[in-house]
Amino acid sequence: MVDVIHLKEMIAQVAAGSGPITIMEVCGTHTSRIFRYGIRELLPSNTKLVSGPGCPVCVTAQEDISAALTVANRDDVIFTCFGDMMRVPYGESSLYSLYESGRDIRIVTSPMDALRIAQLNPAKQVVYFGVGFETTAPLTAALIEKADALKFENLSVMSTHKTMPAAIEQLLSEGSGIAALLCPGHVAVITGSDEFGFIPERLGLPAVVAGFEAEEIMAALYAAVSMVVKGKLECVNMYPGAVASKGNKDALDLLYKVFEPGDAVWRGFGHITDSGLKIKSEYEKYDTFKRFNLPLSDLKDNVEESSLCICADILRGQSTPGDCPYFGVVCTPERPVGACMVSAEGTCSTYYRYGGVVKDAR
Amino acid sequence: MCLALSGKIVAIKDGEAEVDYGGVSKRADLRLFESAKVGDRVLVHAGFVIQILDESDISDADAITKEIMRFG
Repeated sequence: MVDVIHLKEMIAQVAAGSGPITIMEVCGTHTSRIFRYGIRELLPSNTKLVSGPGCPVCVTAQEDISAALTVANRDDVIFTCFGDMMRVPYGESSLYSLYESGRDIRIVTSPMDALRIAQLNPAKQVVYFGVGFETTAPLTAALIEKADALKFENLSVMSTHKTMPAAIEQLLSEGSGIAALLCPGHVAVITGSDEFGFIPERLGLPAVVAGFEAEEIMAALYAAVSMVVKGKLECVNMYPGAVASKGNKDALDLLYKVFEPGDAVWRGFGHITDSGLKIKSEYEKYDTFKRFNLPLSDLKDNVEESSLCICADILRGQSTPGDCPYFGVVCTPERPVGACMVSAEGTCSTYYRYGGVVKDAR
Repeated sequence: MCLALSGKIVAIKDGEAEVDYGGVSKRADLRLFESAKVGDRVLVHAGFVIQILDESDISDADAITKEIMRFG
């Protein structure tokens, strides 16, 4: 394959003489890799990358965090989640602060860990916090399917799973100044690259499904810049070793056996129709909200968000962390004020670790 | 969160694969890719096999190079 240095020259060559080209990388894992590999510094001065809404921790709405805290604070509950949800702030509280106060909150590395915990603790209600996009949601579906097959009575799922297309469509149909998109490679492993065909077809923008190695990201950027400069409109799969056009059939079949599209609230975007995954009625006994009779509307009044935090604008690609008065001063990975500073894949956290603000200022 | 690692299946038992990541082995659920077999190079996300990868890095590189050339 063509190496990074050669690709750098090829991008510079094709972008030469063009006006500003802004490309959005939708996926948080891409954001993190782009900084780790120093890819922004390899691009010509007229080609800029902005981060999008592809960090699931970052786009989890305050009301969902509030609901999670409410459930995790119960005496009869063992609350399980991926580690990067632990420090998402809700005012002065977080899952981590509840854990420190003695609540039984456990980090898992797979949804199936929740099943094992439920098996070992029959007197407790085990709740799994389902967060993530199409890559992660089928795993939660597998958990629910297995819990149902084994007739578990003490396991439920709080699903805040989301799907990407509706959020991308809302973001880019508003005249965002974005010229092309790098699409999330591991979401596409599940959905297939065809899922992103709506970007050229309906939004009139080139789209490239990208892998995660430096060469793969640079190759994808070359395809994106080339299409922008030459006026081509396609959805190109530059991660062909892992992504098929129709995706992973087993995973999609299971996903829609257990879930159905439903409305979701995204931090930074608000309510987006059919952008979430709701547990189907056949499996509703595994829905935490039903299990505990928790109407979400009861929790919405309590939403607290720091007034100067600009996570919402950052998630929309309209601001960068350097625009935020809190960044690096009162908001750090150790004490995050906004969700984008929490996950290792959040834009603010990535900027903080790799000196992004300093680099932007150059 | 959408991080996935590649490894090689070295054994399969009870719907779970033992996946070797260059010396470290971990179990991975096969529910999302039931046709995976011993010897397959796979992509694993949060304890689940989500894809079988092309056996050869070269064929993947070739496919990407072909795409790159299409835009040249």
